[in-house]
Amino acid sequence: MSQLKTEWFSNVKGDILAGIVVALALIPEAIAFSIIAGVDPMVGLYASFCIAVITAFIGGRPGMISAATGAMALLMVPLVRDHGLQYLLAATLLTGVIQFLFGVLKIAKLMKFIPRAVMIGFVNALAILIFLAQVPHFVGISTITYVLVAVTLLIVYGLPRFFKAIPAPLIAIVVLTAVVIFGSIQVGTVGDLGIITQSLPSFLIPNVPLNLETLMIILPFSVSLAIVGLVESLLTASIVDDMTGTGSNKHKEARGQGIANFVTGFFGGMAGCAMIGQSVINVKSGGRGRLSTLVAGVFLMFLILVLGGIVVQIPMPVLAGIMIMVSIGTFDWSSFSYLRKAPRSDALVMLVTVAIVIMTDNLALGVLAGVLLSAILFAAKISRIQVVKQESGDTIIYGIQGQLFFASVEEFVDHFDFSLVNAKVVLDFSEAHIWDDSGVGAVDKVIIKYRAGGNEVVVRGLNPSSEKIINKLAVYHDANAQLKSH
Amino acid sequence: MYSHLLLAADGSKNALRAAHEALKIASAMPGCKIEILFVIDNSKVKEEVLHSQNQEEREYKRHQKLLPIEEVFADQGIPHHFTTIHGDPGPAIVDYAKKNEIDLIILGSRGLNALQEFVLGSVSHKVVKRASCPVMIVK
Repeated sequence: MSQLKTEWFSNVKGDILAGIVVALALIPEAIAFSIIAGVDPMVGLYASFCIAVITAFIGGRPGMISAATGAMALLMVPLVRDHGLQYLLAATLLTGVIQFLFGVLKIAKLMKFIPRAVMIGFVNALAILIFLAQVPHFVGISTITYVLVAVTLLIVYGLPRFFKAIPAPLIAIVVLTAVVIFGSIQVGTVGDLGIITQSLPSFLIPNVPLNLETLMIILPFSVSLAIVGLVESLLTASIVDDMTGTGSNKHKEARGQGIANFVTGFFGGMAGCAMIGQSVINVKSGGRGRLSTLVAGVFLMFLILVLGGIVVQIPMPVLAGIMIMVSIGTFDWSSFSYLRKAPRSDALVMLVTVAIVIMTDNLALGVLAGVLLSAILFAAKISRIQVVKQESGDTIIYGIQGQLFFASVEEFVDHFDFSLVNAKVVLDFSEAHIWDDSGVGAVDKVIIKYRAGGNEVVVRGLNPSSEKIINKLAVYHDANAQLKSH
Repeated sequence: MYSHLLLAADGSKNALRAAHEALKIASAMPGCKIEILFVIDNSKVKEEVLHSQNQEEREYKRHQKLLPIEEVFADQGIPHHFTTIHGDPGPAIVDYAKKNEIDLIILGSRGLNALQEFVLGSVSHKVVKRASCPVMIVK
């Protein structure tokens, strides 16, 4: 009970102010991400309201902001294009179910297997995709379009140096929308892309046939959405943990994201997750508790009702300018020095992650490919095994150094000279570790081959766990053993 | 004489030079409390989290930044203690100094060029402008 009070009411003033700032900063992004996904801006705005309010109550990281995000929107593009909004809502429900299961099964523990190179690749690919999504909205349309993008960038980067109370992107939107309307400037607007319905979200069951075919259409999207949503949410949670010097419950967060997406699907919203940029804005503006997230969601809904009519008139170049700023802020600019300083294999994993995402437009595939590649590179690195040969009198000692497992057995066996006859051979494992049955099989093979040449073989220096697996699986203890096929 | 001196450190070479100056003052004033303040810049947390595998690695990296400064005082046997806070470095140093009745702030100048200073803002400039106690900037 006292923890609940701390999470909600220990920072009331700071939370309310920060929540309002976040709501103001959320609007342009929620609209832009809807446009990326190919749905009406209301879908992203409803989602942002629902997800923020629900995660305020049941999320695992107080003070974190979750809403409609670019990473999720990018995954939805083919689904919306080929099947329409109703299938997106159904996929959002299923995403929620999968994420809830992730939480129950404590999948968040697997996050430690995602190397930092993959995470850096993830944010960089996300930044590049958000930028590329803006290109059609401002390149080669008209001179005035370029001018509006440039003015927007000038406002969002220049203004905060003098005035910080209201987020600069919102000021850019309000001022430049007014300029475009009153100056009768001819540019594309948000209204050209969708219709904003100015009402509270209402409960509805997605209008899709409830059959296996529907499930097969939405399942791949839901799995990708669930993975990407969890990865970005847990990364954001770590950032908020670090900024506030407090801990968070990652499994509760996964369950919370799941429930939030499940409910959002019923209210006509698209799947979302935690937002790095907005969460940083929240903490920097003084937000710490759950109240800040709730205020962000509620105030956003208030703004939608008040501003609903204006949203359709927002010029697209202005929104594109703001999204260029978002992509610049998302990109990890220290990646360039990382590429120079990090080990080659890590740099390669980062680049491959980015390349896979750009080629497939799917962040989930990038993460999976990155993790897989780094696992293979790690196995390759650790599978280098050394065998040092030492002779003293008629005894030949082989000192084995390294990890003996399926990937290193071949190299291990190649190190031995089997032309010996009638000698005493010592295999010294004191600097080695035998991990699996392939490793045991290789030891068997070496020993039995030497015995076949009339040599006497002694094994020494096995550490306890290697000895255990040898005793369990090896056949060389039997003097008449033949090689079995491992 | 000063009773509570605050050395703002960020792991840079200039901060190390500032530490040597702080040492001179401290050794002339026995009984003066030396506090070394490290501000974790919230704008850089995203980058730090991305470039480290876990919390332990981040703490280790941050601690490493302060080791050379620790040595400066430890070598001379000058009592000192470390404090780590989060925030925007300039205002965070000023607020901390006000709350803890600091009577001298010592910090290194970062030596940014004109463009960097326009974009990033100079920490030492902000501290000088807003602090309510004397400030010593070490070049």
